[in-house]
Amino acid sequence: MQAVTTNDTALSLIDTVVVLGGFPALAGASLEVREGELVALRGANGSGKSTLLRACAGLVPVARGTMRVLGVDLSARRAANSSVMRRHVGLLGHKNGLYADLTARENVQFAARLVGASDKDVDEALARLGIDARVASTRAVSLSAGQRRRTALASLVVRRARLWLLDEPHAGLDSAARVELDAILRDATRAGATVVYTTHEVATPAAPNAAQNTAIVPRTIMLAGGVVASDVQGGGVR
Amino acid sequence: MRRAFVVAKKDLMIEWRSRMLLVRVAPFALLVLVLFAVALDSEPLILRAAAGLVWLAMLFSSLLVVQRAFAIETDDAALDGLLIAAGEPAQVFFGKTIAAFVQLVSLAVLLVAGAIVLYGATVSASNIVLLVTTMLTASLGLASVGTLYGAAVANMNSKDSLLPLLAMPVAAPLLIGASRATEAAFGSQTIDAAAGWAWVALLAVFAVVFVSAGAAAFGTLVEAES
Repeated sequence: MQAVTTNDTALSLIDTVVVLGGFPALAGASLEVREGELVALRGANGSGKSTLLRACAGLVPVARGTMRVLGVDLSARRAANSSVMRRHVGLLGHKNGLYADLTARENVQFAARLVGASDKDVDEALARLGIDARVASTRAVSLSAGQRRRTALASLVVRRARLWLLDEPHAGLDSAARVELDAILRDATRAGATVVYTTHEVATPAAPNAAQNTAIVPRTIMLAGGVVASDVQGGGVR
Repeated sequence: MRRAFVVAKKDLMIEWRSRMLLVRVAPFALLVLVLFAVALDSEPLILRAAAGLVWLAMLFSSLLVVQRAFAIETDDAALDGLLIAAGEPAQVFFGKTIAAFVQLVSLAVLLVAGAIVLYGATVSASNIVLLVTTMLTASLGLASVGTLYGAAVANMNSKDSLLPLLAMPVAAPLLIGASRATEAAFGSQTIDAAAGWAWVALLAVFAVVFVSAGAAAFGTLVEAES
């Protein structure tokens, strides 16, 4: 059985094809992401960004080509080793993945319990996302959109994943929260985690992050029609 | 199994908060018992059919429990994150089956009590172990079948109508076995306790088969539709 390796390559896709409902959502994408990199996936709606994230998390099968995530070959994703890889992956989708009847703290606690994290880790994650005691004790159904997003991010932070896959993580956050999120992503990559996030907003070369008002200038991979259209190295983390 | 118990605890905590079992499922199950009694309108007939009516009400109610168990996962797309964090899909299956099992056992106790009060069914002291074992094995079978098929339809648009169509035929042997074993526990003249235990053995085999099949197939089923 394969183990999760540390060979410095977090993601490796070679001519990867993922078919959803008969449609090739990824139509031969090739890219490589090193561990500790911060990568923005850009592209229009339907370009394959979300599918790429879900495939990297082992949630959709690879039809053709190869895909290695944290050293695990997902081309044969039914193999038992995909579960080993998954424990090191954190995925935040379009929705927040929260349980409406649990409080913000209980949602984060649940994520923590699954990976064996402690209550201290929960407190730190809540504090890191600026979730105070009042909000933490509020049921998710009663939280604002921004508070829900922060809670979802806290659930991700507490897992200490090696690979963060974030689908439009800035959506629903105010400008202050976006800055805070960028700081969290920066800290995660400095700690050795790999962060890949998507946005459908297309930035200009002069203002690569103006559309999101973010403080980070990541490597930017543009997807179009399920393939990599361009791959531009950013200025790293400002 | 640690992660399975974490998932089960989460599901039961959500159930405790929402009171779904208490305010919707239990009243529905009792209403089914009452309506059967009204429809049959014959005391000897009701008494003879009591065990079957209890498990028919259980079957209907189990669908509500399972639908709720997966609605909490799909309402805000929590299922993807859960599958990833749990690592092995079987852990999620075991966790959700345990939570459904606990709820169904509670419901079985309520419905048997309802049959005793409404239908005049009786359980002798010597048959209590048979009745309890029947409730445990049949509830585990229902929980595992429900969780397996609930996963299969969790992300489908027509899941509410598909789940009964898929799960009820599969649960038919369980319905027969649980009804016959409960009938024996109720002291029916048509079936003795020894035959009741034979039906319990069938229920146990059913539960083992579906717990095993669910653990093996859960990941494929739930991810194929996500």
